Amino acid sequence: MNKILEILKDIKPECDFENSKDYISDGFLDSFDIVTLVSEIEERFDVLIDALDILPENFMTAQTIADVVAKNGGKIE
Amino acid sequence: MKTVFRNKKISGILSVLPETKISFEEEISNYNFPEKQTLRLKKVMGYKQHRIVKDETSTSDLALAGLRHILSKGWLQKEDIGAIVVARSYPDYFIPPVSSILQGELGLPDDTFVIDISQGCAGFVMALIEGFMLLEHLKDKKVIAISSDVLSKMVSKKDRNSWPLAGDAAGIAILENCNNDNIIYTTINNDGAMRNALMVPAGGSRIPSSVDTAKLFDENNDGNLRCLNNLTMRGSDVFTFMQTKVPPMINELLEYAGVTKDDIKYFLFHQPNKFMLKKLAEKLGVSYDKLPMNVVEEFGNSSGACIPVCATYNISDLLKKEVHTYCLAAFGSGLTYAGMVLDLGSLDFCETYISQY
Repeated sequence: MNKILEILKDIKPECDFENSKDYISDGFLDSFDIVTLVSEIEERFDVLIDALDILPENFMTAQTIADVVAKNGGKIE
Repeated sequence: MKTVFRNKKISGILSVLPETKISFEEEISNYNFPEKQTLRLKKVMGYKQHRIVKDETSTSDLALAGLRHILSKGWLQKEDIGAIVVARSYPDYFIPPVSSILQGELGLPDDTFVIDISQGCAGFVMALIEGFMLLEHLKDKKVIAISSDVLSKMVSKKDRNSWPLAGDAAGIAILENCNNDNIIYTTINNDGAMRNALMVPAGGSRIPSSVDTAKLFDENNDGNLRCLNNLTMRGSDVFTFMQTKVPPMINELLEYAGVTKDDIKYFLFHQPNKFMLKKLAEKLGVSYDKLPMNVVEEFGNSSGACIPVCATYNISDLLKKEVHTYCLAAFGSGLTYAGMVLDLGSLDFCETYISQY
């Protein structure tokens, strides 16, 4: 989970991801941020995220992102 | 709709590009985003450079430059032209059609069949389908199928999500009847319920252009500035549409054509951006090297012209020498999605032409 938060902060350092309950409605992540995030996750977790999992609702919190990574075979520590 | 065409072929392909090339870095200060954040997209989306027309250039100019080049090379004779089909989303004028401009400028006879199709990214495939249908009635005459657009004129330069990938180009294919056993398999589909995911809100009869529609604003509070005359895109919806609709369409089309993915030499797809194409290749189970995805980084996304640009840039020598089976697919405004499986090769010409525009 920490690794995901690290990536998020790296992409958008100005956003308070720890205290947000919904990155999408809080305006922290738009579709282009999600694309950047997926690309970083694939590189750092050595996974391929299924295209049909790239939906805004799967990127609302670090937990939902972790769930997507795990679903696609990534190891969440 | 699925259908087949018999005894027809593409005998030449030309893509026409503007001479002006702008790098991603040159424009990075135009956007309301931190530079570091924007630079990340360079790698992911394939933002490297794009080709943009000059201010005074319109959609017909690119197509006309290409047609004059083809005629000057002797690859086509004027008297052989039976019809001109132009797919475009941003015509020179509402009236007259681009196809009429081309016919007039080339001095073609009055009985030349000319028609515009209002289509965006699926334009080239739609023009091919329309052209093959017309060939049924043209005997020895040829059809010129064109997809031409100056997308850069529809996109806000302050829109970081769209401007870096916008490109201008025309693609021209010569279609003719032939005596071989070649069967061309096609599929055309449309999801009109999703039409607003990709649109230019103003300029038509619903919201005519005015001083107000030209005012830039931040519609989504995301830092991208657009006006109502600009192209707007719901990125997530378009992405989901593409990943949901296109792979099943391709699989059904291949089955319809009685071929497997291994039988396909190359998948020549519309080029929205590198990320979308990589995900599409993964979903289809096709290796990245069989689905070229370098058009956006080299030239920009030129809407319907992407497929001919992809073909002439990546595999022109192969297309001139050998015949192989190819799968074309295009998807975009409408939201239209269409595909074609055909044997293609031994072309009379297959070239990328850099115009004065």
